[in-house]
Amino acid sequence: MSEAKRNIPPRYRGPFSHIFSGRAHTVVLRSLYALKTSAWYIVLSGFFEPLFYLLAFGLGVGKLIDGVTGPAGQPIAYAAFIAPALLATSAMNGAFYDSTWNVYFKMRFARLYEGMLATSLGPMDVALGEIVYALLRGLVYSTGFLIVMYAMGLVLSPWGFLAVPAALVIAFGFSACGMAVTSYLKNFQEMDWLNFVMLPMFLFSATLYPITVYPPAIQLLVKALPLWHGVELIRHLTIGPPGMAVLGHLAYYAVMIAVGLTFTTRRLTKLFMS
Amino acid sequence: MSSSSLEKKALSGAAVHFGERRSSKAGMFGAWYAAEHRLLTMRAFVSTIVATSIFNPLMYLFALGVGIGSYVDRGAGGALFGVSYLTFVGPALLASASINAVFEETSYPVMGGFKWTREFYAMHAAPLRPDQIASGVLIAAIIRSVFTVLVFWIMLRLFGTLPSPRAILVLPAAVLCGLGIGSVMAALAASLKDDDGWFAMINRMVIAPMFLFSGTFYPLEQMPVWIRWIGWMSPLWHAADFGRWAGFDHTVEPWLVIVHAAYLIALAGFGWFLAARQFARRLEE
Amino acid sequence: MNNNDEIMIRAEALTKKYGEFTAVDGINFSVKKGESFGLLGPNGAGKSTTMRMIAAVSKRSGGELTILGKDPDRDGPDIRAHLGVVPQTDNLDTEIKVKDNLYVYGRYFGLPGKFLREKSRDLLEFAQLTEKADAKVDTLSGGMKRRLTIARALINEPDILLLDEPTTGLDPQARHILWDRLFRLKEEGVTQVITTHYMDEAEQLCDRLIVIDQGKIMAEGSPAELIQRYSSREVAELRFGSDRNATAADKLADLGDRMEILPDRILIYADNGEAVLEAVASRGFKPLTSLVRRSSLEDVFLRLTGRSLVE
Repeated sequence: MSEAKRNIPPRYRGPFSHIFSGRAHTVVLRSLYALKTSAWYIVLSGFFEPLFYLLAFGLGVGKLIDGVTGPAGQPIAYAAFIAPALLATSAMNGAFYDSTWNVYFKMRFARLYEGMLATSLGPMDVALGEIVYALLRGLVYSTGFLIVMYAMGLVLSPWGFLAVPAALVIAFGFSACGMAVTSYLKNFQEMDWLNFVMLPMFLFSATLYPITVYPPAIQLLVKALPLWHGVELIRHLTIGPPGMAVLGHLAYYAVMIAVGLTFTTRRLTKLFMS
Repeated sequence: MSSSSLEKKALSGAAVHFGERRSSKAGMFGAWYAAEHRLLTMRAFVSTIVATSIFNPLMYLFALGVGIGSYVDRGAGGALFGVSYLTFVGPALLASASINAVFEETSYPVMGGFKWTREFYAMHAAPLRPDQIASGVLIAAIIRSVFTVLVFWIMLRLFGTLPSPRAILVLPAAVLCGLGIGSVMAALAASLKDDDGWFAMINRMVIAPMFLFSGTFYPLEQMPVWIRWIGWMSPLWHAADFGRWAGFDHTVEPWLVIVHAAYLIALAGFGWFLAARQFARRLEE
Repeated sequence: MNNNDEIMIRAEALTKKYGEFTAVDGINFSVKKGESFGLLGPNGAGKSTTMRMIAAVSKRSGGELTILGKDPDRDGPDIRAHLGVVPQTDNLDTEIKVKDNLYVYGRYFGLPGKFLREKSRDLLEFAQLTEKADAKVDTLSGGMKRRLTIARALINEPDILLLDEPTTGLDPQARHILWDRLFRLKEEGVTQVITTHYMDEAEQLCDRLIVIDQGKIMAEGSPAELIQRYSSREVAELRFGSDRNATAADKLADLGDRMEILPDRILIYADNGEAVLEAVASRGFKPLTSLVRRSSLEDVFLRLTGRSLVE
């Protein structure tokens, strides 16, 4: 028996073993190798975008606005109001961009997944590996942003540190759904239509101004948007107080993650294994 | 007629066109041929381009006008310069839409034209000069920008935020603003051998700060001096301030109006020159 | 040597349908251990589809397929663990270095890092890429990329190496280097399945092959057997110019065993090609160019399908 065969470890045999080999971590490893070849300043630049928004809106627009309130109706500074929203938005954007444009490119142009799936990896290894890597990145960026929030005095609640795991939950939800959507897309034109969902999502999810601006009917519509749940989740944590509502928002994301993962693996199986 | 005589006829027909006449025509109209090619490519994306041009301004106008505006107008901002917040941000958003439209045509598509589709090499193998190819890309981008800006402008007029009789001047300022950024971008994209995340970085470190710190959402004077320089450098601030002067008679010193116009024209001209030079370097290397 | 009779792949009435379209139409074949087995046919014949089914990434629509004694529908990942796949289009990871392409790919099989570092070094040597170990994939030439893809396919010491159009698009020198590497693997006893539409490649690399057209097997055998069975020993190729080939062919039809009229030339099949040329000259015909060559698989294909291979 040759050396490699002695070395091939026994494969995972639990549920989903036809699409999952238990080696999602090797897909993460591949991304870390890819990260090694990118320039540090480009990686670092990802951290600044939400910060610029915080400075511009917090300092600039903040001076023009007063009368903003927190989750419990307490008056707060405008910057403290938008900072958690920007954290949620940046978690969403990072995860969604990674799982749509990047995944689409790797799938259709670089043919990267084709190569991975020719090995004993299954589609679920690939999907999970990509998502876990996106979350690792999100962890670094959101930790950085939260540190800035602390430094600027924008974290008003003792539970504020939980904003980082909350941002990861948001990123997980959008990654899972983003990948599912991407696997159905056939060309870049279709990709462009995603912007028609993402821009209004950012602008209307009570990110830059309170939801009370809208008439009640529109408020209901906004409350159906995933980003709104993410923004509110983090606001409860950094501004306070974190009530039962937090559980509701988390449940929303649990559903998003489950639905996204189901469709992603189902679709990847069909695309690459049929 | 046998197939071979048909072939001969086709060949001799082409020969007539391939005389001096054809190459001198390329000498005069080469940039237009290149632009035509780009516009044909754009046609595949026409539905999203049109939809973006209509949809994005509406989204911003509602979010900023109705959302933030309702707070600003009754809060500390009062009515900025005696106009509503929506009126105030309108010309800046319009110029920014122009930047986005041009950027989309001069970033990835330019790098791709050298690296992926290699269409610029194909044009260069035909009798087009590198500067004509660069001009073609920019002309096509201008056409897209004009469309985007025009739609936005009409909407602002309908919202009543561009009441001045000279509001038409907002249009060329916005187009020039987009072209200024876009042409420099085209020059840069033409020198890139690999993406390596450069476009994402330019988006985050140049386009986004420019969008946020050019007096777009609040008067530039409100920022500390050490941030204001971003606005002074940024064509977006020049176009926005000019647009406010032209659109709703916001008071701007006459000399500053001239500076705004001169800056926008100069940057566009410089960028265009730079793009033509980089295209030539890349194609003739 | 009874080990060499071990069947690595067995296909029976193997079928693949995409909706109404039948890409592979009930083919039978088997591949023995250590054999170089070829799938020959024009573009769209069903070669790559067959290959994807053997690679256990495409489900069959009908028939039986056994790879390494297992059913790909049930044991896909287990089978893939012992295959090396060289796809038609290189799908190397351009974001990571040349040597990391081997290392990371090996990790997908769950192989340990220490083993992989040594193995990658050996494979880079084998692929003549040692000096490019730290280079970016984008900087490699077409031939180098192809060799890296092959090296990558060998990282798990596969029982079967699948090569889909291994040399399409390469220059002659790069092709010969690659053929040399593949021949060495064959000498080491690696079972290979190769698809190609190049006759010379099939003759160089394959012990045995099947000719496929429109999803069906047209013939099976070794290259020499197929030539013997479906063609004459030699071929005379004559060109009279596009307008005159057909008229000349009418008057020369009785020469040789068989004649094929192509748009640009006439092929006359005979045991003695020189004799055919003399006969043509004695009838007063002066071809623009003429040559005599040995029969090749191209002729076999022409005979079997009435079409030339590269269209």
